[in-house]
Amino acid sequence: MQKLIRIEPSKCIGCKTCEMACSFKHTGEFAPSRSRIFNEVFLDEAKFITVTCMQCDDPWCVKACPKAAISKEMPSGVVIVDKDRCVGCRTCVSACPFGMIKYVPSLGIVDKCDLCGGDTPECVAFCPTQCLTLEEEDTPLRQKVLRFVDAMKEGQMEVRK
Amino acid sequence: MSRFSLKGWNGKLLRVDLTAGTCTDEVLNEQWAKEYLGGRGLGTKYFTEEVAADVDPFSADNKLILAAGPLTGTYGAANGRYMVITKSPLTGTIASSNSGGYFPCELRYAGYDMIIFEGKAEHPSYLQIHDDKVQLVGAVHLWGKSTKETEDAILAEFHGDAKVACIGPAGENLVSFAAIINDKHRAAGRTGIGAVMGSKNLKAIAVRGTGGVKIADPAAYREAALDSYGLLKENPVSGQGLPALGTPVLVNVINQLGALPTRNFQKDTFDEAEAISGETLASTYLKRNKGCMGCIIGCGRVTGLAGARFSGDGEGPEYETLFALGSACGVGDLAAITKANYICNEYGMDTITVGATIACAMELAEKGLISEKEIGMPLSFGDADAMVKLVEMAGKREGFGEKLAMGSYRLAENYGVPELSMSVKKLEFPAYDGRGIQGIGLNYATSNRGACHVRGYMISPEVLGLPEKLDPQATEDKAVWTKIFQDFTATVDSSGVCLFTTFAIGAPQFANFLTAATGTEFTEATIMEIGERIYNMERVFNLKAGVEASQDTLPKRLLEEPISDGPLKGEVAKLGEMLPEYYQERGWSAEGIPTNERLQTLGLA
Repeated sequence: MQKLIRIEPSKCIGCKTCEMACSFKHTGEFAPSRSRIFNEVFLDEAKFITVTCMQCDDPWCVKACPKAAISKEMPSGVVIVDKDRCVGCRTCVSACPFGMIKYVPSLGIVDKCDLCGGDTPECVAFCPTQCLTLEEEDTPLRQKVLRFVDAMKEGQMEVRK
Repeated sequence: MSRFSLKGWNGKLLRVDLTAGTCTDEVLNEQWAKEYLGGRGLGTKYFTEEVAADVDPFSADNKLILAAGPLTGTYGAANGRYMVITKSPLTGTIASSNSGGYFPCELRYAGYDMIIFEGKAEHPSYLQIHDDKVQLVGAVHLWGKSTKETEDAILAEFHGDAKVACIGPAGENLVSFAAIINDKHRAAGRTGIGAVMGSKNLKAIAVRGTGGVKIADPAAYREAALDSYGLLKENPVSGQGLPALGTPVLVNVINQLGALPTRNFQKDTFDEAEAISGETLASTYLKRNKGCMGCIIGCGRVTGLAGARFSGDGEGPEYETLFALGSACGVGDLAAITKANYICNEYGMDTITVGATIACAMELAEKGLISEKEIGMPLSFGDADAMVKLVEMAGKREGFGEKLAMGSYRLAENYGVPELSMSVKKLEFPAYDGRGIQGIGLNYATSNRGACHVRGYMISPEVLGLPEKLDPQATEDKAVWTKIFQDFTATVDSSGVCLFTTFAIGAPQFANFLTAATGTEFTEATIMEIGERIYNMERVFNLKAGVEASQDTLPKRLLEEPISDGPLKGEVAKLGEMLPEYYQERGWSAEGIPTNERLQTLGLA
């Protein structure tokens, strides 16, 4: 199974360290505006939501690219931009429904999460609360199911005649 | 213009002349940056070079400096801090207040290390910064609005991703303990810096920054960060206590020790401590934990009062607030304290001073020195509703709030009993009684902004046992420790890093961070020397401002009235046993004046 960055929003403290770590690794500067992962802080709702490219099975960006510069590598499953082939036309930017691939003016090409090329992604390495993990198995999903099941179990105990 | 060659810093400051309405970029003074870092140190260096010590805090000649550090906006520990430097209307000393959040980092991503505001705007104004596009715009439509409303309005009209620092009605009304609030809930809280901002007709600073902070040696910086992360995670305070319960973890700890000031320091244990503890907060109004930007600790508490007898939501209360609006006022109603905290954030006020001032008023009322008629309501310790009401009246300067807005010292002085103000240099104590914990008492007496715990947090060794456990009641060695804590804290405050990291990381880690970030070498020794330089610079300013060394003291209650209850019953603050040694350690005269020799060594004379 494909390894992906798994995100458990309930553990997030809104510190944006993921954005700092991502930009520092890939640009050499602490520049959250250049991060490939997005930690959005909703102060009034007390909600912190993190999103990044989920390396789609059948990616819109790959299908849209007129230069065949984007490919889904196997077996890693990572969706990669070939820097030499990309001409910066931004067709993929329009195509991705999630906004997870973006044009970088200073580079003249597009940029997206590549899971740090096989290493532990930098955002995962620096996440202070393990809100982010790199796993084959969707552990946060499993934990949610277990919490739900647990509630169901408790409920059943009460209503049983 | 000279060039700035180092990394870490952006090397650029913004000078805003509010009188002329101009905004000018300046190259940061590189020599000063090396000697004073940024934040508190560099901000105070610029301030003392440019402003006369006898300046009236509310005059156009006073300046207001917002300063980030060379590590602000990076990862590694908890690097989302900035400082505000000015002359305090509350204390008459140098004021520098610290806050964290997103705003300080955004300022750095916009390319600035510091903003110097001078003069006074003719009409209410606010500053918009979008990278290198900077302008002052009108804020008449924002005047009178709460900090929350102000931020929402600015996000809607300027940029949805901007970060905002602003004042609320308290700053506009020149309440002497008004704060500057950033990111809606974070306060550069103490010493009335928000009132100075209000006096300049400056409502807010809004920043959108899309650039980056450059690091001299990225690989070394990354290593330093991983090292620091390990230490912070393993540490019982930064790795467990603060993440789990936030600063309110201390309510039960300090109450059990018998040093939780209660009823304006007439008692030192609070019967209702459990009801206002971090544990209770976690099981009632806590919504979730939150960190400032780049923080690994996450001590912030996002709370809401759904289902309580008050309404509202926001952040807090912190430990100091639970003392000031809680035990100090004899109030054990957590919902009321939380509500009053929200009012403080929305009006932009220091929770410590407003709470301590109300506690002082309660004692004045208890002693019959002030009438019910004058206050406009019956007032006694434990009256939660009156406390909440008075907080709002202080922010509005309405009725008796006019008197509260002066702070506890002027309030008590007004009724002929200044000794009932629990303050040093007119700044109210935070939540640890110096009679029970001797070193913190020495720190309060000698802190450059009055009774402040975050100038030399002796609670760390004396109570928490970090980096090693000291006997809180002993006076031996406290002078040496206090000096070290005060000096190191000055460096931390100047780097852009949160003081809470220092439970786990020390001068070696800061030397590593600063060396890797800037490309110029810092050692453990230079880290401590920078702190000492900053501390002496502030001291010299205060002396010139007329705050004499004779004010390095504590209220009579702490020096002469023994603690009346609890495990530390009978204790008094033994300041006299520590102060001469402290002056000696500092290389100051027996009268507390920095000697020329010491100032020369530090490059200050």
